[in-house]
Amino acid sequence: MPALLEVDGLSKSFSGLRAVSNLTFSVGQGELAALIGPNGAGKTTCFSMIAGVIRPDAGRVHLDGRRVDGLRADQICRAGVGRTFQVVKPFAGLSVLDNVIVGALNTHRTVAGASRAADEVLDLLGLAAKRGHPAASLTLPERKRLEVARALATGPRLLLLDEVMAGLRPTEIDLMVQVLRDLNARRGITILLIEHVMRAVMALARRVIVMHHGEIIARGTPQEVTRNPAVIESYLGEEAV
Amino acid sequence: MPAEIYLNVAVNGLLTGLVYGLMALGLSVIFGVVRVVNFAHGEMMALAMYATVAAFTSLGLDPFLMLVPVAAALFVLGYALQAGVINPFINRPEHSQFMLLVAVAIILVNIQLIVFGPDARSVQTSYSFDSFQIGKLIVDASKVYAAATALLIAGALFAFFRFTILGKAIRACADNYAGALVVGLDVKRLYALTFGIGAACVGAAGVMLSLVIDVTPSLGPAYTLLAFVIVITGGLGSMPGALLGGVLVGLTEALAGLFYTPSAKGMFAFGLLVLVLLFRPQGILGKKLG
Amino acid sequence: MIATLVADVPRRGLVLLLLLLAALVAAPLLVNDYLLTVLILILYFAYAGQAWNIMMGFAGQLSLGHALYVGLGAYTAAALFFHFGLSPWISLPLALAVSGLVGAIMGLLAFRFGVAGVYFAILTIAVAEFARIGFDHWSWVGGSAGLFVPVANYTQNDLWTLRGSPRMFYYVILALTVLALLVCRLLLKSRAGYYWQAIREDEDAARALGVNTFRYKMYAVVLSAAMTSLAGIFFAFYYNNLFPEQVFTIGRSIELILGPIIGGLGTLIGPIVGAFLITGLAEALHEAMLRIGIDVPGAKQVFYGVCLLVVVMALPHGVWPPLRRLLGLDPKTSGKGKA
Repeated sequence: MPALLEVDGLSKSFSGLRAVSNLTFSVGQGELAALIGPNGAGKTTCFSMIAGVIRPDAGRVHLDGRRVDGLRADQICRAGVGRTFQVVKPFAGLSVLDNVIVGALNTHRTVAGASRAADEVLDLLGLAAKRGHPAASLTLPERKRLEVARALATGPRLLLLDEVMAGLRPTEIDLMVQVLRDLNARRGITILLIEHVMRAVMALARRVIVMHHGEIIARGTPQEVTRNPAVIESYLGEEAV
Repeated sequence: MPAEIYLNVAVNGLLTGLVYGLMALGLSVIFGVVRVVNFAHGEMMALAMYATVAAFTSLGLDPFLMLVPVAAALFVLGYALQAGVINPFINRPEHSQFMLLVAVAIILVNIQLIVFGPDARSVQTSYSFDSFQIGKLIVDASKVYAAATALLIAGALFAFFRFTILGKAIRACADNYAGALVVGLDVKRLYALTFGIGAACVGAAGVMLSLVIDVTPSLGPAYTLLAFVIVITGGLGSMPGALLGGVLVGLTEALAGLFYTPSAKGMFAFGLLVLVLLFRPQGILGKKLG
Repeated sequence: MIATLVADVPRRGLVLLLLLLAALVAAPLLVNDYLLTVLILILYFAYAGQAWNIMMGFAGQLSLGHALYVGLGAYTAAALFFHFGLSPWISLPLALAVSGLVGAIMGLLAFRFGVAGVYFAILTIAVAEFARIGFDHWSWVGGSAGLFVPVANYTQNDLWTLRGSPRMFYYVILALTVLALLVCRLLLKSRAGYYWQAIREDEDAARALGVNTFRYKMYAVVLSAAMTSLAGIFFAFYYNNLFPEQVFTIGRSIELILGPIIGGLGTLIGPIVGAFLITGLAEALHEAMLRIGIDVPGAKQVFYGVCLLVVVMALPHGVWPPLRRLLGLDPKTSGKGKA
């Protein structure tokens, strides 16, 4: 599998504290991988660096062979990376449809075209009934779905999903799992997700990367990493899963 | 021009600047804690000046006697304003709060216009024309008294925030709103107190400034702007920054008046502000934005 | 384009809007001279409010110094007319360019250096004040003694040099207001409109969706500045005199933004409704005070301030959104029908 995303030696410190150090991994074209680890492991920092929000202290990021670190967040989106925020950021004053249109304009020339594409995405995420509602009126699970819908509407080759399952009920998780699996299988969208909900990770990811204290401590299939003593140790040390 | 003229002008600018600093301190304290920009700040100061002038002309009371009563009256005004009008607006967007205080400013300016008329009023004390001479340096006695008082009040305020329980509680609100709520502080009351303290500061500054300049209703809006210039130069929310900004602006104004023309002195103050905003947006002594 | 203009607009709203327009077109035939000047003032604020609304209402960038652009437009056209007899229509591109450029410089510096929120707002005040004092000392434009546009001959309307009767000025500002409404409607339904609103709501999220936020904020500032300076040209030729003390002062800037804020920030009709309310209220107060015989300078403004306070406290989103609901013009919130 050729690599779509290559992360090489990525490091970042915040006022002397190393949040991420020398991170190296890659995600293959069409792959569905998960980045897991206890709170504070540096997962979101890693995402922020890939997405161009935080500038890394060292290291490189390549997308499909093209170097993308140092680009701005909007340039990285246009290069084909869609991302969601762990703390959802809906455009509260806009309608659900308009929220998604903003994303769809990334790859559509006209508003009319973007609007049609946005409606398709809303259908896919089960938000069609809410299309005219202000985003502020959505419930948390709906906001999580809107977050995914917007990122998806930008027409990404790589989706970075930051804890989109958190706060969802089991049935809602299964629904989201189904949606993501379809996107991956039918549209060939590569997905890298940060996730705490192991039910979703086990169901979705074929490969898992485990971070702890800013470093990768294990990688492998979900079954492999959950049996890995270092991984169990890292979780037990903090929250005892 | 002989060198002592520069020195004279600079010292006078510095003394006026200290009073400016006290005025701006009020704005800075309010913004630092309540996170509301008081667009009626200059208008509140003009109110204090009018009170001082009125007490002097009708009752013959010296401005220094009025210091405590006027500051207390403005404290009450500020407290009431925050408790009654602004507290419900704490979670509203900035432009909404801004409109609210603009409305308050419009009301204050025009009440002053109705009550006192458009003409300039001033205080002529027995020491109005006294001056101290140190070598070739001549400074107005009024300015020295005013600046010394401003410094004293600013010092008392530093001590209040540093050493008293109440002051610490207010600082806790400023640092962490949610945290302050969690530990059971009555944040809204503390906000009202803070606005009251800020208003008292500007009230005291107004009393002192009435010794130095004439008051007209149009002074309010002009000094609101001046207070912005000062606190942003010094660092919005920083108490020493407000004093430093006041001194810098006082000096800039005085020297601009000397080198160029007094009517253009405001341009230099605003020029200073633009430079600070662009190159050090958090102000000279301000904490990093973010 | 026409389809974009009317799509989504409820039929009743369209009818009401056309009725209002018809009434405004017919107004000069029905009202007296005093009311006509009031209407001119209302439309002036509606137009300028619409222009300011692009920057704050659409893109979320609070400018408290828009009098700057009014002044730049006014002075550019008036000075060129005064010195060279140039028609304001010839000066127009230059006036727009000057304002746009000043807006661009301010935006460039502010957005590149990360000046935002309250700081940005105060920067806009500072630049306007800077201009006020600068123009006060610039003798070519009359300095503090003012610049006077040679007075109009009221018997003859000359659209080319914008010299004429109040009626002519009324139709000019009405045309500008209608044009501004249409332009803003098209903008709001364009890519820029979507991007601006996204930036207003959450700049980080907008960036993550591929929006070059710097570029679109610059568009908003430049466009808003240029449109506002057109109001300045009107101002100069309507009032015939310009004083820096009156044109650039912060009071003017606040006057401009009351309409859209009271009317409803970010809405298209808000600035118009707000202008009617604010100016109407002020003039009604003026009349009422005259009737009762109170002739105290400032009394009107106190009452005005109190009204403003009440409106701001009671209607956080302005008058238009609740009024729209009352008129049954709210956009549909459900259903899959493609609009």
